[in-house]
Amino acid sequence: MRFTLNDNPVDVSAPPMKRLLDVLREECGLTGTKEGCGEGECGACTVLVDGIAVVSCLVPFAQVDGSSVKTIEGLGDNHALQHHFMNEAGAQCGICTPGMIMVASTLPTDASLEEIRVALAGNLCRCTGYEAIYRAIQKANEQAAQ
Amino acid sequence: MRSATSPLTIATPRTLDDALSMLRDTPLVPIAGATDLYVGLNFGTLASQHFMDLTRIDALRGIDVRDETLVIGAGTTFTALMQSVTVQTRLPMLVQASSQVGGVQIQNRGTLGGNIANGSPAGDSLPVLAASDAILVLRSASDERRVPFTSFYTGYRTSVLRADELIVAVEVPSVVGTQWFRKVGTRAAQAISKLVIAAVRSDAPRIAIGSVAATTIRLPRTEAALASGASIDDAVNTLEAEITPIDDVRSSADYRRQVAGNLLRRFWADTA
Repeated sequence: MRFTLNDNPVDVSAPPMKRLLDVLREECGLTGTKEGCGEGECGACTVLVDGIAVVSCLVPFAQVDGSSVKTIEGLGDNHALQHHFMNEAGAQCGICTPGMIMVASTLPTDASLEEIRVALAGNLCRCTGYEAIYRAIQKANEQAAQ
Repeated sequence: MRSATSPLTIATPRTLDDALSMLRDTPLVPIAGATDLYVGLNFGTLASQHFMDLTRIDALRGIDVRDETLVIGAGTTFTALMQSVTVQTRLPMLVQASSQVGGVQIQNRGTLGGNIANGSPAGDSLPVLAASDAILVLRSASDERRVPFTSFYTGYRTSVLRADELIVAVEVPSVVGTQWFRKVGTRAAQAISKLVIAAVRSDAPRIAIGSVAATTIRLPRTEAALASGASIDDAVNTLEAEITPIDDVRSSADYRRQVAGNLLRRFWADTA
C-alpha cells in the first residue's frame, strides 16, 4: 500500500484491516505513537491523516491508501510544541503527550483557551494535569504568532 | 487488540453502484469511520470477517436542501455536520448532538449513517432524527425505498435494513418550532450517554429520547399530553410511564427515569 508518511512516499505491506496504529509501530518502526485504551476513548494514538486528527487505533490500514499520514516523528526534533511541553512541565509519564501534541498541531495560533479545551476533549491525561498542557499549547501559539 | 486482524478482508468500491453490486453478491459489513468497528472486534462482539469500505464513495457525502428538505449523505462526518451553515440554520439540534459525539478525533471520522446503522440506543444523533421526523433512504442494487426513522428499528440493535442495502441518505423535512437537545453523560465530553434527548417546542411538541428503551424512541403520549395543555407535572407522570429504562453499567433505571422527567421540565422551561 502506497501512502505518504511524514512527507515521504512509502510502500508498506500489511493486512488491510490491521490498525493504522499497529502498522505505524510494527511495520514502520515509528513507536512515538502510543496505544492507550485501544478503543478510541483516550486519544494517545492520535495522528493526522490528510491533516485531520484521527485515533489510529480505529483506522483500518486500507483506508490510508493514497493518503498523507503525519505522526509525532513527522514534527521533527525541534518543534515549538515539544519545547513548551518540556518547559511548562506538560508531560509527566508521557504516554498522552504525542497525541496531545498532534491535536495541538492542528489548532490555529489564535485558538482561545476554550477552543484548546474542546480540541483536547478526546485526549485523556491521568497524571500531568491539563492546566500545564493548555499552558504549553498557549505558549507555543504565542511564539508562532510572533 | 484481542482479535487478530490478519484474516479480515475489506472491499474498497469507488462508486455507489459498485458497492451495491458487491453487497448483492456477497455478505459484507459496510464500514465508514470504523469508530464502532474496532471496539466490536476488540470485545469479540463482531463475528464478521469481511468488510466493505464506504469512505471512497463521494456520492455518500454532502449536505443539500431540496424542496425545503434537508438531505444529508449517510457518509457525512459529525465534523462536517457541525461546520455546515445549512445544518446550523435548519437543524441546530443536530449540530449540538454532533458536538457531543466522542472527542474531535471521533467527530472527524464518525458518520451520521454509521451512527444509525450501529443502532445503539445511546446513539447521540438518533433522538434528533426521531424528533425531526427524518426519513432514511435505503438503496440496494435493485431498488430504493424510504423508511421513516421512527419505523427503522425493530428492536435492540435490529432494523429493517436488509443485508444488500445501504443507508445512502437522511432526509429531514423543515422543523417548525424551537429545537432543544441535551445529553447527560458521566463527564462533559467523551462519554457514552446515560440519557440523550431531542425535542421541538411548537403547537405539536415532539420529544425523542435515547438510552431509556431498547431503541431511541418518540414519546407520543407525553407529546399529546403537552399538546393538550396538560400541566408539566402531569406530562412528567406520563413520560415516566412511557419509558422503559434498564439498569446497566452506565446508569440505573431509577436514575434514568428521574433524569428523563427533569429533562422534560428543563425543555419546557427553556423553550417557554
